[in-house]
Amino acid sequence: MNSNTLWLIGRRLGAAIVTLLIVSMVVFAITAVLPGDAAQQALGQFATPEQVAALRLKLGLDQPGVVRYLHWLMNLLSGDMGQSVSNALPVSELMAGRVPNTLMLAAVTALVSVPVALIIGIGSAMGRGGRMDSVLSFITLALVAVPEFLVATLAVLIFAVNLGWLSALSYASDITSPWQFMRTYALPVMTLCCVIVAQMARMTRAAVIDQLDSAYVEMARLKGVSPVRIVLRHALPNAIGPIANAIALSLSYLLGGVVIVETIFNYPGIASLMVDAVTNRDMALVQACTMLFCTAYLGLVLIADLCAILSNPRLRNQ
Amino acid sequence: MNDLMAKSAPAGPELALGKVAHGPSWLGLVGAAMCVIWLLVAIFGPWLAPHPVGEVVSDNVFDSLSAAYPLGTDYLGRDMLSRILVGARFTVGLALISAVLASTLGTGCALLSVVSPKWLDEVISRLMDAFISIPSKMLALIMVSAFGSSVLLLICTAVLSFTPGAFRIARSMAVNIEALEYVQVARTRGERRLYIACVEILPNMLNPVLTDLGLRFGFIVLLLSGMSFLGLGVQPPDADLGSLVRENIGGLNQGAPAIVIPALAIGTLTIGVNLFIDRLSSRRSRRTGGH
Repeated sequence: MNSNTLWLIGRRLGAAIVTLLIVSMVVFAITAVLPGDAAQQALGQFATPEQVAALRLKLGLDQPGVVRYLHWLMNLLSGDMGQSVSNALPVSELMAGRVPNTLMLAAVTALVSVPVALIIGIGSAMGRGGRMDSVLSFITLALVAVPEFLVATLAVLIFAVNLGWLSALSYASDITSPWQFMRTYALPVMTLCCVIVAQMARMTRAAVIDQLDSAYVEMARLKGVSPVRIVLRHALPNAIGPIANAIALSLSYLLGGVVIVETIFNYPGIASLMVDAVTNRDMALVQACTMLFCTAYLGLVLIADLCAILSNPRLRNQ
Repeated sequence: MNDLMAKSAPAGPELALGKVAHGPSWLGLVGAAMCVIWLLVAIFGPWLAPHPVGEVVSDNVFDSLSAAYPLGTDYLGRDMLSRILVGARFTVGLALISAVLASTLGTGCALLSVVSPKWLDEVISRLMDAFISIPSKMLALIMVSAFGSSVLLLICTAVLSFTPGAFRIARSMAVNIEALEYVQVARTRGERRLYIACVEILPNMLNPVLTDLGLRFGFIVLLLSGMSFLGLGVQPPDADLGSLVRENIGGLNQGAPAIVIPALAIGTLTIGVNLFIDRLSSRRSRRTGGH
């Protein structure tokens, strides 16, 4: 790794941090500055002006927005995310109980979806233009297009209602055996996988085809190398970077999907906590959850970009 | 470097436009037909509804398909067919308005940033970059938590989250066109910036911009019906297709059509749009000689 690469990576990291700061400003502006007077809202319309003024002073609302933002950001960085109004608990405590569940769900989904997507993507790239490719292409296009709750609803109808194999409701507590684990996670993971696999497979297919169209693969084909060997030995090593990029970008779609999936399956994760917080207008909790999700999203996009930089010799040595 | 980031940073619909598989051409026709049907339903649906949308017409809740109630009844015993015919107007209408606004705004900003001085281009681009970094569902959730849900807010949210993507695509096309000779000639001729943007550049990127509008429409349908499904979108007594799925979720254990049919309705709409757009973009890429 030469200094040019390090410089590129450093620049990309710097850009990520700046973007995260701007995102935090937007989030703070929307949730805390724009919607009017929080003190008035908290006390209701029958509060006397003195009460409102006292609460404003207590909450620090008399200070300008910029000062409040800096104060909020400092607290956030030191791990103090404020108090949840609806639960009367510190936000960090509430979130700590939920984060492992969501991470578990995301990890299992990634473990299942990545191999499946790679097989589908590489397979349809090899049989490009054939019947199998057309069918897979239609299925993945349809899965990318439909809402998560349609997949979830159909999965519940088939596997829980008609076949009776699985329970429709998911609880992450008291898992003692692998069998119970399967029963709990099968439906949420299957739903999430459908969307992610479709996205990832389409991008993998494009990345492999990009290589298959290149001159050196043409050469290998003319030499009489077998199709399987062309893909595995020649095309795939060169497509690793774009594929890693595709995997990271597709996993960032998890963040949208997990909101719907946790809600429909009653899964006690961070996304269902956030939806409850939005419903109850529990601002401190909403802010913290949003920042967590946006950080995760930017992190995945950053990883995708770094994969692209590290795998491209032209960018490394330009 | 900027070029690299512009290519890989957005995890948006533009990914789908790359080297993707294209189905046979009759699939494009099927897609177009589905789009037209849903458009007609959105326009004429409320007049075709056999029952008033809020009226309880049957004693049986979650009824299955029958001659009297072709799509069954919902959790209160209301006619599902009527509710879907009326709900489609919200789903299609809101998404269409938002998609047109987002595309217009995005393309307008793109043209502005291409013909204006460098600093303004930089300011607009950085602002759009910031908004593209917030996943649309997260933006929608914080907007609803701050302002409460209303039809106007949903449109604003959708426009806010989908304008940056439209801007990005339009800008990259406009930059390429702006470098062509006839634009340079027009500039040397002393044409005004507005003339160059609207007469020289815009007509030559209109097709891809309209394709992008279609894709964005599909994504906005998914976002808005997802929000309604969470109970944070269109509020009762109005209901779009996403709200219909949510309010009938109790019928899931019985496999009631009241929950499956609105979900399938959204699916056919978004699949139709995607098939149609997929076909259009493959035809264009073949015409221009690219893969």
